[in-house]
Amino acid sequence: MNVHHSLTKIFTLSSFALFVCLLVPQLRAQDEVHAMGGTNADRVRIAAASFKAMNSDAQTTALKATFDSTFYNDLSVAGIFDMVSRSMTPQESPGNPTEIKVATWSAAPASAAMVAFGNIGVTGGKLTVNGWLFDTRNDANPQVVNKTYNEAASQDAVRKVAHQFADEIIYRLGGGINGVAETKIYFVGSRTGAKEIWAMDYDGQNAHQITNLGTVSLSPRISPDNNELAFASLSKQGWAIRIFSFELNRYLSFPTGTNGSSNLTPAWSADNKSLAFSSSRSGDPEIWVSDSNGGKAERLTNIKGPDVAPTWNPRSNSQLAWVSGRTGLPQIYVMDADGTNVQRMTDGGYAISPSWSPNGLFLTFSWNRKYGPGAPGGQDIYVMDIATKKWIQLTHGSGSNDFPSWAPDGRHIVFERSLDGKADIWSMLADGTDQRQLTHDGHSFMPNWSWK
Amino acid sequence: MSCMMRGRRQILGAVLVASLAVATGLISGCDKEAPKPAQNSMAPGVDTTAPTATISATPGQIAPGDLVTIEWTTTAADRINISGIGSVPVSGTRTVSPMQTTTYRLVAKGSGGRAEAATVVTVIKGATKSTGNTPPVVEAPPKPLTPEQEFTANVQDIFFDYDSYDVRTETQPALSKAASYLVSHPNLNVVVSGYCDERGSNEYNVALGEDRADSVKDALVNAGIAASRIRVVSYGKEQPFCSDQTEECWQQNRRATIKLDNNEQQ
Repeated sequence: MNVHHSLTKIFTLSSFALFVCLLVPQLRAQDEVHAMGGTNADRVRIAAASFKAMNSDAQTTALKATFDSTFYNDLSVAGIFDMVSRSMTPQESPGNPTEIKVATWSAAPASAAMVAFGNIGVTGGKLTVNGWLFDTRNDANPQVVNKTYNEAASQDAVRKVAHQFADEIIYRLGGGINGVAETKIYFVGSRTGAKEIWAMDYDGQNAHQITNLGTVSLSPRISPDNNELAFASLSKQGWAIRIFSFELNRYLSFPTGTNGSSNLTPAWSADNKSLAFSSSRSGDPEIWVSDSNGGKAERLTNIKGPDVAPTWNPRSNSQLAWVSGRTGLPQIYVMDADGTNVQRMTDGGYAISPSWSPNGLFLTFSWNRKYGPGAPGGQDIYVMDIATKKWIQLTHGSGSNDFPSWAPDGRHIVFERSLDGKADIWSMLADGTDQRQLTHDGHSFMPNWSWK
Repeated sequence: MSCMMRGRRQILGAVLVASLAVATGLISGCDKEAPKPAQNSMAPGVDTTAPTATISATPGQIAPGDLVTIEWTTTAADRINISGIGSVPVSGTRTVSPMQTTTYRLVAKGSGGRAEAATVVTVIKGATKSTGNTPPVVEAPPKPLTPEQEFTANVQDIFFDYDSYDVRTETQPALSKAASYLVSHPNLNVVVSGYCDERGSNEYNVALGEDRADSVKDALVNAGIAASRIRVVSYGKEQPFCSDQTEECWQQNRRATIKLDNNEQQ
């Protein structure tokens, strides 16, 4: 077909880390593997033991089941482990270091280099979890992690504890990059009939409605400090950018977000101080930037045609990528935060919804390279190396894919996939592997992964 | 909604007969403010009144070879030409029999400038030629219209090409008709709403719908409507008229509507 296609095949067969290695020689080798995952051969083989229940009551049993499944899933999707499957996991439940027989875990078929184990109990409504991580190849000093967690006993609390313990392990074994098990995904859900903003845990659990505006709300963007949620909402006056404060539990005044008939697609700068957005106040949707309280609104673009969906370079905070229809079909562009040095990134097709990688080096976006009347093509998720404009395709022939949003670990991407007319949120590793469906109820759109 | 419209193509065809009646003096502010000196000394005194022109076709939709009556009127014009017919008096009727869809474009020139009007005769290929016994397709007999009906009859939706916010040439007459109606009803305010088909991103389509509505607003403003009378809202692909995955439905959704603005706020 073409060079890109064969490149894509090669990259699918080998690892994304290799791609990064070839294209981004300035990256240190360690970053490559840890930033993008790798083949199973590169990964630490880890086993998660079923935790030992310290009580036999129904509540403890139920919480233990949730803990085990949540924790196993967290390690499985982390992108850095070669997980020992459940069928190869030894059936014993060592509750503490004196009970574990390390050789059972290091021997085939588990062949684990690391094993996580511990105990869980409920006393007087209080949940206590003790967890350990052992290095099976270090006989003298096997303990890598030991943590104790105390919470009021509940399903939510035990999921939180499982995420915290998993993140502790991921941080230790993942090159010091924080895990994402405690992060949230904000999205648009239509299960109430109106398009409202929802939030859920990163694994799709605990979905709950944030807004109750009864209209169409789009493009949720959580602030880097997790305190405020910006989004665009439709009224009879047009589209306004609204900001909800979780701290104050109310909407904040953001008057610049109602100036003009279409104010869309807010984007927080990494320092939490600025918002970029699209506004039609000049009679044409252009990219604007203002203080996070709405002051000092400035226009960055000034060419006729839709300009929308800005995203900041979270590493430098000094560049923005966005979508412009200035030449016809929408394309991805990059500019400096003052509007200068505009550079077109995509060479055609229909390219939308950019999200900038945490390390500042890559863009992920949705692209239909054959888009046009009579050419149905696929709307798929791509990753582009900004310096070289080389790209790889992450999704292939499965539905229509849009709104990729990079996770703070750089290893994961969440996106919207529409299959047979039903839209859901999916996540995958940043090399396109390990695709998992996170939502099932109603339609879910436009995911945004929290910054921490 | 469009699904309803699909079943009523005949009526849609009649809607295609869109007449244009806007003096270019209104379209081009320069002409209006600084009219050219009259070059025709035949007129008593210098009449700088801008010409007006109307043209219509009855019926507007025919089988190949059917007869159509073209009727036109002008004011303040002394040189009138209709494409395909030639020089004509200031007003009158002519019978034509086009074999394919034809736009009859009238240009009226006077000392006060020029005016243009156009009407489209849609020829349906494969339709049976009307016999004298079959009444031609005509619009319903005139009844007194309510103000809302009158508005709807004069101000129609504007349709767009794929991924485009440019006003199509063939929709200019409808837009001009809407503009002239609004010029003659200066107390009416309108809201222009932009819509897009389902393909592509929700976010990009809201911006595209905004540009579609802005294009219509710009055309109305250029035709002399005060910008303060026109509000714009984009619905992107959030409130489609139909949801079939067909080009016909997509076309129904690529539109801008012009509605009376009953919004009291702002």
